[in-house]
Amino acid sequence: MSLTFIIAAIVTIVGLTTPILLAALGELVVEKSGVLNLGVEGMMLIGAISGFAVTVITGNPWLGVLGAAAGGAVASLTFAVLVLQLNSNQVATGLALTIFGSGLSSLLGLSFTGRIIPVFGSIFPASLARDPILKVFFGYSPIVYFAIFMVFVVGWFLRSTRAGMILRAVGENDLSAHSIGYSVVGVRYGAIAFGGAMAGIGGAYFTMVITPMWAEGMTAGRGWIAVALVVFAGWRTGRILAGAYFFGVLMALELYAKAAGFSFLPSQFWAAMPYLMTIVAIAFISAREKTGSSAPACLGKPFLASS
Amino acid sequence: MTKPMTHETPGTTSDAPRLELIGISKSFPGVLANDNISLSVQPGEIHALLGENGAGKSTLVKMIYGIMPQDAGEMRWNGQPITISNPKAARRLGIGMVFQHFSLFEAMTVLENIALGMDAKIPARDLEARIVEVMKHYGLNLDPQRIVSTLSVGERQRIEIVRALLLNPKMLIMDEPTSVLTPQEVEQLFVVLRQLAGEGCSILYISHKLREIKALCSTATILRAGRVVETCDPAVETSRSMAEMMIGGSLKDIERGSQRSFDRQRLAVQNLSVPGEGPFGVALKNISFQARSGEIFGIAGVAGNGQNELLLALSGETPCESAEAITIDGVAVGTLGAKERRLKGVATVPEERNGHAAVPDFSLSDNTVLTARDRLGMVQAGLIGRGAPRRYASSVIETFDVKATGPGAMAESLSGGNLQKYIMGREIMQKPAVLIVSQPTWGVDAGAAAAIHQSLVDLAATGSAIVVISQDLDELLALCDTLAVINLGSLSRIMNVADADIEEIGLLMGGVHGDPDTKIKISEDVINAY
Repeated sequence: MSLTFIIAAIVTIVGLTTPILLAALGELVVEKSGVLNLGVEGMMLIGAISGFAVTVITGNPWLGVLGAAAGGAVASLTFAVLVLQLNSNQVATGLALTIFGSGLSSLLGLSFTGRIIPVFGSIFPASLARDPILKVFFGYSPIVYFAIFMVFVVGWFLRSTRAGMILRAVGENDLSAHSIGYSVVGVRYGAIAFGGAMAGIGGAYFTMVITPMWAEGMTAGRGWIAVALVVFAGWRTGRILAGAYFFGVLMALELYAKAAGFSFLPSQFWAAMPYLMTIVAIAFISAREKTGSSAPACLGKPFLASS
Repeated sequence: MTKPMTHETPGTTSDAPRLELIGISKSFPGVLANDNISLSVQPGEIHALLGENGAGKSTLVKMIYGIMPQDAGEMRWNGQPITISNPKAARRLGIGMVFQHFSLFEAMTVLENIALGMDAKIPARDLEARIVEVMKHYGLNLDPQRIVSTLSVGERQRIEIVRALLLNPKMLIMDEPTSVLTPQEVEQLFVVLRQLAGEGCSILYISHKLREIKALCSTATILRAGRVVETCDPAVETSRSMAEMMIGGSLKDIERGSQRSFDRQRLAVQNLSVPGEGPFGVALKNISFQARSGEIFGIAGVAGNGQNELLLALSGETPCESAEAITIDGVAVGTLGAKERRLKGVATVPEERNGHAAVPDFSLSDNTVLTARDRLGMVQAGLIGRGAPRRYASSVIETFDVKATGPGAMAESLSGGNLQKYIMGREIMQKPAVLIVSQPTWGVDAGAAAAIHQSLVDLAATGSAIVVISQDLDELLALCDTLAVINLGSLSRIMNVADADIEEIGLLMGGVHGDPDTKIKISEDVINAY
């Protein structure tokens, strides 16, 4: 195995990992606030089309990323209103958001099908970004660096800031947080919107970087992997980073195996994997009282203030 | 808190009460929760607020702490009229509150929990230093970096107290603070409260434990049905006279026959061991005791020491591995399930009324079928009989004076005390050989509690054996013939209540098995209080 092959493999893995990492970091913050949003896949799709559309219209990929974040956040706020204001079931509403997101993105995407935009690639000079060795550091889209940066930001926010502590408190015991005088609903709105924005940017990575065009359902279940990853990572940022790269490696292996003309697992398995993982992850969440895991105690439960 | 605390606010007259309530009223749909309540609390005074469940104590303090507004009336703070619009405003004035149900975050550290309750943003290191200072000043020991879920109930309460004390409160509201504490923890709490009062902090102490109020408080305001019925000096009154003011009638003593002999063993538990389930389950270790006909056997202990596991093992909900572990009238029943044990004469009343002892959205009559089905033959050929459950439910309602619209009333429509009376009646009227009850008067008002106690004594007089599991030591001392303490799943030696030593029971509850080095001296007050 030559060095250039290894570097090419690393670049592929990083590319495959980034959307999952972004969406999982967003979902981590949402779940830490005590809300289970299963609509990540839908928000990613809406982010994917919003980012693509804004880039096509404005010609500016930076505005495209902002558009993707805004699209994901707006989609998540419909979920937030239902769950926080009307106390609807979080699991059912999250599923509805995914279905809604895939439908809406298809509808919005109709007029963009077949359009192609320039890849939102590395912003470093070509001498660095194209260099067969140095591209392992400089050859990525700005979204990749943003994702890595956000691992540290989210970790620091949850661990060391007062706002992060309040967010964890809301997820841990909503009634107590309310009785002390924190706005449970306000904190959760913020967390859900952040989760939506992150999922949106993760989705935009597909339409702006991986394949710079729009196709229906192109996130292919990565949103579900992100949801499962948060659970398997035990709600910790460092493990989310490690877990996202683990999946990245798995997916890269599959790609290379396919390219080499054989497959070590049937492709249907890969297609089904996100959903299998989600089922296992949700079983984990339900069993948390018995396993004593570090899940936020109020995860998925509606907040009903008594006074 | 090295600097002396100042309790004078500029611009106030020094002889004004710290807090004065004038004609406070509050109504909820259908209920007048507080009706024209007036009281005043002086600086440095420990003032008791006394009343039954539903008398309006909680509503009143919620208004003082700014959780809800009053409909009418005026509050004065150091003589100045004020409105307290939210808890933050209350804390700014210097009002601290320690809740009955701690508002703590289990998975977070002591320090984080305290920081969450602070309005001012203080850097973690400074806050930790201040916490250590306050804890040293009041002798409250706690490691700020401990995770709350690893702490005992008494330690958790200390977090709430430290949180309140960090604000240099001029008044501290304590809502039923001792309901979950051991006698030693109660005494430690009283030391802190007296020290606080000595420094000029007023304390509003909500409780229905009359002996504690006599030991601690200098004034008591007694509420009944939303009104102030009396303001008295607890040192002058007797527990009985205050209880009678609270319930608005005379309190009945438990009447029992003078000559009783426990001739026949009915329930025997031999080396009962059950593994703990889940991360918070407690394993039962080698539990042995017996209950004879006519005997009431009490099991004391702080919650979470295996009481639930023991009840489930006795009822048959978790069958034991050995049949000999539990015998009823000489028949080994250890491996039988709940239904078979019921047929052998065991009746149980679990602690949780809604969802365990009764189904909230079933009618009372359907709820009787759940446990009386087989013993009273309410089901024939798989069909529930129409008449028998209703008749039985009606007779329970009548005999036990349950306030309900009839056998068709939904269980959830009854108040806690009435539902408890109904559940107790449902089991007692099946004339069980052995009755096992957990927390028979938890959250039940004094009148209903007295009725429940009397019914237990009457059942024992008919020759049944009774096991009472309770956290309320007063209740066990009043009710039981023999007593043991459960701690971490082990049962202490069995004592006769007549010559039981409160200090020893307290130490057993705290888990110190007679180790003389760790004995905590209990002051005369508490000993006298019991």
